[in-house]
Amino acid sequence: MIAEIGQYVLIAALVLAGVQAIVPLWGAARGEAGLMAVGDRTAIAQAVALLIAFAALTHGFVTSDFSLSVVFQNSHSLKPMLYKVSGVWGNHEGSMLLWVLVLALFSAAVALYGRNLPPTLKARVLSIQAMIGFAFLAFIIFTSNPFARLTPAPLDGAGLNPLLQDPGLAFHPPLLYLGYVGFSMAFSFAIAALIEGRVDAAWGRWVRPWTLAAWTFLTGGIALGSWWAYYELGWGGWWFWDPVENASFMPWLFGTALLHSSIVVEKRDALKSWTILLAILTFSMSLLGTFLVRSGVLTSVHAFATDPERGVFILAILAITIGGALTLFAVRAPGMKGGGLFAPVSREGALIANNMLLTLAAATVLLGTLYPLILEALSGGESRVSVGPPFFNATFGPIMVPLVLLVAVGPLMAWKRGNLRTASRKLIPAAVAAILAIAATFLAVPDGPGLAPFAMGLAAWLGAGTIAEWGGRIKLFSSAPTVSLRRLSGQPRSASGMTLAHLGLAVMIVGITGSSAWRTELVTTLSPGQTVEGAGYAVTLESVTEGRGPNYSFERATLLIREDGKLVTTMLTERRFFPVANQTTTEAGIRTTLLSDLYGVIGERGRTPETANAWTVRFFVNPLVPWIWFGALLMSLGGFLSLSDRRHRVGAPRRAANAPPANPPSQPIPAPAE
Amino acid sequence: MRRLVVILPVLLFAALLGIMAALLTDGERNNDPSRLPSPLVGKTAPVISLPAIAENIPGGFSTEDLKGHVTIVNVFASWCIPCLAEHPLITKLAADGARVYGINHRDTAADATTWLRRHGNPYEAIGADTDARASLEWGVTGVPETFIIDANGKIAYKHAGPITPEVLEGKILPKLREAEGG
Repeated sequence: MIAEIGQYVLIAALVLAGVQAIVPLWGAARGEAGLMAVGDRTAIAQAVALLIAFAALTHGFVTSDFSLSVVFQNSHSLKPMLYKVSGVWGNHEGSMLLWVLVLALFSAAVALYGRNLPPTLKARVLSIQAMIGFAFLAFIIFTSNPFARLTPAPLDGAGLNPLLQDPGLAFHPPLLYLGYVGFSMAFSFAIAALIEGRVDAAWGRWVRPWTLAAWTFLTGGIALGSWWAYYELGWGGWWFWDPVENASFMPWLFGTALLHSSIVVEKRDALKSWTILLAILTFSMSLLGTFLVRSGVLTSVHAFATDPERGVFILAILAITIGGALTLFAVRAPGMKGGGLFAPVSREGALIANNMLLTLAAATVLLGTLYPLILEALSGGESRVSVGPPFFNATFGPIMVPLVLLVAVGPLMAWKRGNLRTASRKLIPAAVAAILAIAATFLAVPDGPGLAPFAMGLAAWLGAGTIAEWGGRIKLFSSAPTVSLRRLSGQPRSASGMTLAHLGLAVMIVGITGSSAWRTELVTTLSPGQTVEGAGYAVTLESVTEGRGPNYSFERATLLIREDGKLVTTMLTERRFFPVANQTTTEAGIRTTLLSDLYGVIGERGRTPETANAWTVRFFVNPLVPWIWFGALLMSLGGFLSLSDRRHRVGAPRRAANAPPANPPSQPIPAPAE
Repeated sequence: MRRLVVILPVLLFAALLGIMAALLTDGERNNDPSRLPSPLVGKTAPVISLPAIAENIPGGFSTEDLKGHVTIVNVFASWCIPCLAEHPLITKLAADGARVYGINHRDTAADATTWLRRHGNPYEAIGADTDARASLEWGVTGVPETFIIDANGKIAYKHAGPITPEVLEGKILPKLREAEGG
């Protein structure tokens, strides 16, 4: 019964989206306030309908209602409650439902909090959002219905992919979707602006918080996913350039570029058509990511729904959405007036360089992800290849170097016209820190990879440059401490957010360098009681016990890690076997200090009679790896801090005099001149 | 000029869309053997000589070692996901008595060793092709790829992409028998 309610409200949401796609847009074109206001109500109603649908599906999972096909295929009565709930989005149908729910929640947020938006812009934004929502709701209802019933109902379910039964991953998709789908706001604002034929500083100010929110969530989501891969996949790595990882990374790169270029639109009224294009591209990457993951055209460890019919449907959505948006851009962009002028050496110039490098990086990742597909299509299916980490490491890294160098310089530049001499004087601490870091790294690890000291120098340059710029703003050391403290509390939160995020990037580079340059690894076969020495430690397999978890059986190894004869830690690592899915997962034993991780994994038991009491044991020393996630955390915190800036809460100032008056509900509003 | 620049994104996207549509709709895309014949098939395999990955992994081989028997040479890497997908079939080929050699493409000794330990090593000998120079000689466009070299050292067949059960039954095994018979 409850599932039927879910089915019903899902169809109601489709109808509401259809109304919202047409009526407010029509109202905006005719200047009728009544028609435009319809969008607010339908947006809220749609969000409520989808919340009910989502609750209905959750109910199905929580009560293990196996008459629902999705629940049968992805759940099991023995599964712990947390994973029954996360099972709702751990499958294709449910995750698409979450996708449209997040989209509808963003629309409802515009309807509720967008009071200071000009009514025509708001109406058009809501219409565009509804068009996307309509397409995906139709996709769900016609090809991926989460409420499809099975008769007769099976007795028990097939279980959730064991790899996904993990607390870290339970919250990874919702965060990721808040980011992915959040970029739809920037997209809708861009299309609405193209329809209106006007982009101004106020537009930049409206778009920025939405982009910032989406970016912050996406940063958190990607970091959580990488952390999960690190401790759950048991490979000791944390990023694999897997197509599905790339699918979330490309919108992040474009989104980061958008975040920075929208500052230029907001503050300097320049770079408008470029920012519009970036907004379109960022959300296009989210859609493309959805297509790549959902259609199964890419082979990947992550892809879990492969169905050509669904693929064709999503491809049609892509064609209409992205193709339509880019065509509109091609028609309207030449008519857009450029804004403020600036010298090449200026904050604007630095941000343009930032945008170029980020776009180039994103294009590289896109090429690496799609190249196997393109080659396969051109060769008629004869050539199927995999482009792996060697390609990405060789191309992505070199693009990041100038970018990181620039991140320290950009904030020191003045708007319009920067002064290189002043800026370079302020960069002295950064240069000193970089040289010290390079020298220190050389001395500490003389036999490591040759590029590693320079990567550490890069991180020091960015870290010290960022702190020096922040110190300059609050007049640290150059005036009395009380003055500095007062200036510190007077800092706009968006500026502090930037400092924090840039600092996070520096911390992350340290982590990436440490874990990829100086990782040591010990792989061996041990029987209980045996000890092996290597990687600077003595590793003893103390014992292996067997047992049962809620829905799996496990072999749990106790590893004793000693350094110079002293016990450093006792580590537990598990190998879990899930009988329902006939699949094995590993739980790595990780002992972390802030400076490095000791990482132990138990592997397979020997198969021959002589080795029947021996297990493969892998032991890694991953230096500095916690810094990667600590850096990502700082970046996310920076995003939130910036988002909480008073400017965003109070809202944008009114548009210039020629704009329509803000929100007089009783009077008809003239259509804007286009 | 400006008009041209703004049209560029939509043109690029249209091309991409066409490719993806072709991929999705062409269900037979894996079953057409004649589309891309390798220029090297039927010719003597270019001379290569590769070191072993590590001391404890059997390997290091050169084209000279291939002569006298029909050999399957599989190009793989630990970072390549399709390679992992085809690995059970390679293992099965070797278990069924075929002589299987491996070329480890653009990999590090540590990664390759871990990968082989984790997934098993079906190869009689593996050559480490760290800089992909040998792969280049043999016209490898990407991993995985699989060659069948006949007893005279000629390339009898080349398959680009992962071996699936259909490819194994429909192409690899017949070609293998053909090479062994002739």
